[in-house]
Amino acid sequence: MNATTPTRRATWLMPYAIAVFAFIYLPVVVLVGYSFNRDGVGGFPPRHFTLHWYGLLFADDAIWDAVLNSLLVAAGSVALALTLGLLAALALDRADFPGKALFRRLVLLPLILPGIITGLSLLMFAVFAGAPLSLVTVFLGHGTALISVATTELFAGLQKMDRAQEEASLDLGATPWQTFWRVTLPNLKLPLIAAGLLIFTLSMDEIAVTFFLIGRDNTLPMEIWGRLRQGMTPEINAISTLIFVVSVVLISIWYRLRMRTLRNAS
Amino acid sequence: MYSRAYKSLVSLPPLLWVGIFLLLPYTLMLLHSFWLVRDGVIVHQWNLGNYAALFTRTVYLQVLLRTMRIAASVTICSLLLGYPLAYYVSFYSGVRKEILYQLVIVPLWISYLVRGYAWKTILGSDGVLNGFLQFAHITHAPVGFLLYSPFAVVLMLTHIYTPFVFLPIYAALESIPRPLLEASQDLGATASQTFLRVVLPLSMPGLLAGATFAFVLSLGDFLAPLLVGGASGTMIANVVQSLFGAAYDWPLGAAVAMCILVFTLTLLSLTETLEKRRSFK
Repeated sequence: MNATTPTRRATWLMPYAIAVFAFIYLPVVVLVGYSFNRDGVGGFPPRHFTLHWYGLLFADDAIWDAVLNSLLVAAGSVALALTLGLLAALALDRADFPGKALFRRLVLLPLILPGIITGLSLLMFAVFAGAPLSLVTVFLGHGTALISVATTELFAGLQKMDRAQEEASLDLGATPWQTFWRVTLPNLKLPLIAAGLLIFTLSMDEIAVTFFLIGRDNTLPMEIWGRLRQGMTPEINAISTLIFVVSVVLISIWYRLRMRTLRNAS
Repeated sequence: MYSRAYKSLVSLPPLLWVGIFLLLPYTLMLLHSFWLVRDGVIVHQWNLGNYAALFTRTVYLQVLLRTMRIAASVTICSLLLGYPLAYYVSFYSGVRKEILYQLVIVPLWISYLVRGYAWKTILGSDGVLNGFLQFAHITHAPVGFLLYSPFAVVLMLTHIYTPFVFLPIYAALESIPRPLLEASQDLGATASQTFLRVVLPLSMPGLLAGATFAFVLSLGDFLAPLLVGGASGTMIANVVQSLFGAAYDWPLGAAVAMCILVFTLTLLSLTETLEKRRSFK
């Protein structure tokens, strides 16, 4: 590419890009920084370094109960969304049935619509079905809403898959059941793990749908939400910092897998 | 190659599940919007009163207008931040391209709540920004208007949706064949002409997709107003939320929600057709 014009344009573009990055990362830096600040969440500059808030956090049973609840809900959602998402992706890829176009759109709705609409619809359904609100309703809500993510990721995986392998397996006398377990599923390993990680992260963080389906026991975001109403303490910064670290680890795993899938496909 | 049994085995469970757990709930929402509340009980009496109320009570129209304004501001700000960033990363970042791309997508997965909370600590009257302003002797008393305002909502949502807007634009820019740019320059176009006549039109599908994302997602947000918006930053989804909560008028709330739903879907299918038409050119 011609080198003269681009460099001239890049002179203002680069500082601008740096500024945008600064804007994107500013809240994270502030958040992490003030989690070590003895004097609380406000004021400038943060003066006295302390691990006090982390100590408080580790002794805070309500938070860890909420973490456990969130982990349970997320694990259940991954199982539910992956199972149904895999079937849905197979159905969309291989079967023809009446209402297929409608089904495809319907599955994706929770991803497209504001969370409040899906959350309230599910709340009405829970009331209609006479189900008391609890972690079970939250799990069903997350699992159902996230079928969209599983279906999209796995459908993409299926489209890239080499059909000849399955044909060969069937021709060589394997039953469709054996073919599914020994050929189809192993071929989808990477998209399955990637989708699972994504669903897990999204469920751990979900709040718009959870807001309307939560019962007595809190998930972690709802516990934090409740505390925000009482005022801000650096303990929330501390838990946020931990959430941030965990999400970065999960994303980098997800990203690696994604890249490997793309490389395998090409 | 797949037997009938196989096909029904894979399609029936998701069809049933989606029918029961998505179609039915959304339908319930639609039905509720035609019912009414009498003496604190939902009565299944069909009427259009909820929709009529929506369009005649000025309170709702005001909030709706504000919501549109906020969503439009978020869209424009995210584009102003996201487009140049995508343009830089795609065209000028050189060997750092991969790492910069990752730096943009990491914040995409940082908890929504965590980011909202962070802005709250920054903008509050005894927050970080006010502390900084006084520390630097720019102001002497805390500036109060930062938090609990439409401005705070726009800021927080722009922060959240800039990476969202970046992604489709970046993808569109990446798919532009580089020889096209050389051709444009060789034929005597200036850098800005090349940008306006080649790069911008070719990245339009990505730009449209990003803008739609940002607009639709901010339109239905109720958490940002609760976190940083205050009374003056109330949005339409907050109206829905309070109608389902304290006000206990589910039918009216359902009607407002249906309007958001229909508007969202219309907008999405509109941009979808636009994108398709654009990308075939």
